[in-house]
Amino acid sequence: NIEKTNLLKMGFKRFVQVGRVVYINYGPENGKLAVVLDIIDNNRVLVEGPTTGVERQQMPLKRVNLTDYVLPIQRGFRTGNLTKAINDFDLEGKFNSSSWGQRLSNRQLRAGLTDYQRFELMLLRKQKSYLLKRAVAKAKKAAK
Amino acid sequence: MPGKGNRVRNEELRPGIRAMGRSEALNKTGRYRFFKKGAAGKKVAGKPEAAPAKEPKFYPAEDLPQPIKQRNPNASKKIAKLRKSIEPGTVLIVLAGRFRGKRVVFLKQLEGSGLLLVSGPFEVNGVPVRRVNQAYCIATSTKVDLSGAQYPSELNDEFFARIENDEKLKPNAEAYAAWLAKRKEVQKKVDAVLMKSIAKEPLLKEYLAARFKISRGDAPHLMKF
Repeated sequence: NIEKTNLLKMGFKRFVQVGRVVYINYGPENGKLAVVLDIIDNNRVLVEGPTTGVERQQMPLKRVNLTDYVLPIQRGFRTGNLTKAINDFDLEGKFNSSSWGQRLSNRQLRAGLTDYQRFELMLLRKQKSYLLKRAVAKAKKAAK
Repeated sequence: MPGKGNRVRNEELRPGIRAMGRSEALNKTGRYRFFKKGAAGKKVAGKPEAAPAKEPKFYPAEDLPQPIKQRNPNASKKIAKLRKSIEPGTVLIVLAGRFRGKRVVFLKQLEGSGLLLVSGPFEVNGVPVRRVNQAYCIATSTKVDLSGAQYPSELNDEFFARIENDEKLKPNAEAYAAWLAKRKEVQKKVDAVLMKSIAKEPLLKEYLAARFKISRGDAPHLMKF
């Protein structure tokens, strides 16, 4: 595919294609993963995420971030087959252990901290900073 | 008079219309011979006429506002409903007043005023046994275990009455010293109970000693407490 090799040369790595896992970043399905099942037109795709609660629907590409994952599915796969494909691929496990997934879960964790936990966090950050600075100062001194 | 033949005393000319009106018909009956004369003869006792009300000498130039009559003056004498998130032992963040930002321990709600009884404890953050309004507190989810705790019976709303205007107390040095000593004693008793529970949790004392503050980038409306 000439166009694709050209695009790859330009540095594009993630393509909107059947089976591409997308992260929805806007609207009612904000924060969920879904799989592209079909391409409607230049701006929209048909998307479904049975394991994350995304109903089969059209999704504007503006609301979406492409992930690295592509599922080996056919165009227009129905929910049952899609679910099976997702589970075989272990999408949840792969995504949650990726740095993207970790960042998301950290963000959620921070948002859910109680006042006491925030206080503990503050103390820990101070400790870390102290240890770091001490180590840096020591290293500087040793380098002289 | 018993009717003679077909003669009717008060002929009905048309349906509902008689020949003689009321007084004429009454006079025709002859019962007037037996009516008692004068006021004593009145069969229906009239209501005794009330003495005419004395007109006030002075009217205000415009209508004065009248207080709205309450249907049930005792209905709203309840104290403020305690928020579900506030239980004995809850750490509260005080939002206003001298101790704003301080984290204090909630003891109980006072019956008379509905205000919350809190204590720093005093030795941890300088907040004495004090009353605080629920509306000026954030309830955190941190709780100190106060199960089975008992507080001195003097801790009610009268205990917190101001003494500035109390002539017997403020200027009298002895009475004032006694009042102060009483306060300290109550504080000690309350804090003794609290400190035992606070010591169980590792960083709780430091937490209570620190003030709550908001810095740049903080979004209090998104924070969970």
